[in-house]
Amino acid sequence: MSVEGQALAQEAARARPARRRRLEHGRWTPLFFLAPAVVTLLAIGLYPMLFALVTSFRRYNLTRAREGFPFVGFENYGRVLSDQTFWDTLLLTGRFFLTVMPIQVALGLLIALMLHRPGWGFMRSLARVSLVVPLATTYAVVGLLGNLIFNRNFGVANQFLSWFGFAPFDWLGNPSGAFAAIVIMDVWQWTPFCALIFLSGLSMVPVDIEEAARLETKSHWALLRHVQLPYLLPGLTAMLILRSADVLKLFDMIFTMTRGGPGTATELISIYIQRVGFRVFDLGAASAQAILLLLFTILLSRLYIRIFYREIQ
Amino acid sequence: MVSRPAARFAHLAGLVLVFAFAMFPFYWMVSSSFKDQADLLASPPMWLFEPTIKHYAEIWADQKVTAAIVNSLIVAVSTTALAVLLGTPAAYALARFEFRGKSDLWFWFISNRMISPIVLALPVYLLAQSLGLLDTHLVLILIYLTFNLPIVVWICTDQFRSIPPELEQAARLEGAKQFDVFWRIYLPLGLPGVAVSAIFSFIFSWNELLYALVLTRRNVQTAPVAATSFMSGYELPWGKIMATGTVIVLPVTIFALIVSRHMIRGLTMGATK
Repeated sequence: MSVEGQALAQEAARARPARRRRLEHGRWTPLFFLAPAVVTLLAIGLYPMLFALVTSFRRYNLTRAREGFPFVGFENYGRVLSDQTFWDTLLLTGRFFLTVMPIQVALGLLIALMLHRPGWGFMRSLARVSLVVPLATTYAVVGLLGNLIFNRNFGVANQFLSWFGFAPFDWLGNPSGAFAAIVIMDVWQWTPFCALIFLSGLSMVPVDIEEAARLETKSHWALLRHVQLPYLLPGLTAMLILRSADVLKLFDMIFTMTRGGPGTATELISIYIQRVGFRVFDLGAASAQAILLLLFTILLSRLYIRIFYREIQ
Repeated sequence: MVSRPAARFAHLAGLVLVFAFAMFPFYWMVSSSFKDQADLLASPPMWLFEPTIKHYAEIWADQKVTAAIVNSLIVAVSTTALAVLLGTPAAYALARFEFRGKSDLWFWFISNRMISPIVLALPVYLLAQSLGLLDTHLVLILIYLTFNLPIVVWICTDQFRSIPPELEQAARLEGAKQFDVFWRIYLPLGLPGVAVSAIFSFIFSWNELLYALVLTRRNVQTAPVAATSFMSGYELPWGKIMATGTVIVLPVTIFALIVSRHMIRGLTMGATK
C-alpha cells in the first residue's frame, strides 16, 4: 500500500498547480462513516444523562423502594440547593482548586523554564521524560501511595519533616493535614501537566526572536515578560479550564486516600455525590446534584471550545 | 551560550530536583513493594533494606489480583478496539467531509472530555441493574467508550487531516470506492495517530476506578478496585498493596513513555500542541 500511496502522492504533486478542490461526496456518505460512533455515544452517553434528568425529578431512594419512585417535581433540586453540605463541598472543591492551581502553575513554569534553558542536554531530557510518570500513574494508586507516604507512624513525609527539625504530624488524622496531603499528591501528579504545556509554549517562540532578545537584555524576567509570555497565555488558559473540570471530576485519588475524611474535610463534590448515591442510596437527590454538576461542566466546556477551537467554526 | 558557572550549576541542581520530585513517589512504591512487613512498619522509614519478593509471590498466589488484572486487560483491550473501530471512520468523516452540523458534532465529542464520571455512574448503575448487566465486562467496556471514543476521534481527525487530499482525489479518479479510500489510504497512512489514540484509550481505561467500583462486584473486579479493596482491616498489608500498585502502574508507565511526545495533546484534546 505505501509504495502505491507514494506513487499516488507523486502523481498528485505533479498535478498540484490546480487549486485545491473540495472533495465531492454523496449526500449520505458522511452519515455512513459517522453513524456507528454517534449512535454508540448517544446510547451510552446521552441516554443515561436523560435518565439521570428524569430520576432527578423523582423520589428515588433505594432503601425505601417499596414506596415506589413517584415524580416530585423540583423537590430534589430544592433539597439539594438548601443542603448546606452540598454548598460546603462545592466551596471545598473551589478552595482545593484555588490552592493547587497557583502552585502547579508556578512550579510548572519554573520547571518549563529549566527544561527550556540550553545546557545539560542529557539531564534535561531525563527530567522531561520523568515528568510523564506522575501523569500516567493510576489515580487510585496515587491515593494508596499517599496513605503510605503520609502515615502518622512510619510515613516518609514525617521523616522529611524531621530532617528540617519539625515534629511528626498526623497528616490524615486531622482536617487540615488531610487537605494538605491531597493537595500535595495532586500537585505531584499534575504539575508535570502544566510544565509540559508551558514547555511547548516556550518552544514556539521563534528562535531568532529569542536570541535577539537575549542580546538586548540579560534579565530573564524581561525576556519572560515581553517575549515568552504571549506564547504561554493560550496554554495557561487551557490549563485553567481543563484543571477546573478535572477537579470537579476528582474522585479516585481522594477516595482511596481519605474517603473524604476525616469528617468531611476532604469531601470534594464527586465524593459527596457518590456518598449520597451509593452509600445513602438517595438516587433522586444524587441525580439532581449530578445534573447541577453537569450544567456547570457544560458551561466550562463551551468556554473551552469557544476559546480554543475557533478555527473550525 | 556563555553563562556563569554558578548559574550553570544551579540549573543542573534544579534539573536533578525535578527528576527526584517526579520519580520519588514511584520509587517509594516500588521499593516498598520489596520490603518485609517489619521493615515497612519501621519508624523512621528505612531507605536501605534487604529486598524480598515475598509480596509478589503472595499476590501471584492470591488469585484475586491475577483475576483482576485479567479483567482489566479484557476491559481495556476490548474498549480500545471498539473505540478505534467506531472512532476512525468518524474521524475520517470529520477530517474530510463538509456537512451540516459538523462543528456541533465535533464539540459534542469534545465536551465528553469534561463530563464527570459521577454524572453517568448513577443512571448507568440503575440501567445496568435493570438490564442485568451489573458485574459484567460488557458494561465497563461500553461505558469506557464515553471517554475513549472522543479521544480516538480527536487524535485521528487531526492525523487524517495531515494526509494530502490529493491522494484521495487521485484514488477516486481511478474509481476507488469511498470506503476503500478510508480503508486503504487513510487507515494505513494515519496509523501513527491511530496507535497513539489507542494507547491513550488503553491508559485511561486501565486507570479508571469510579465506574469499576460502582458497576462491578466480585466477578469482574478490575485491578484498581482490587488494590483499593486491600485498604481495610486493622493492620494493612502494605507490601501487598504496594506490589499490586506496582504491577498496575508499570505497564501504563511504559505505554505512557512510548507516547510521551503526545502526552499533552492527549490530555488537552489537542488545544495545545
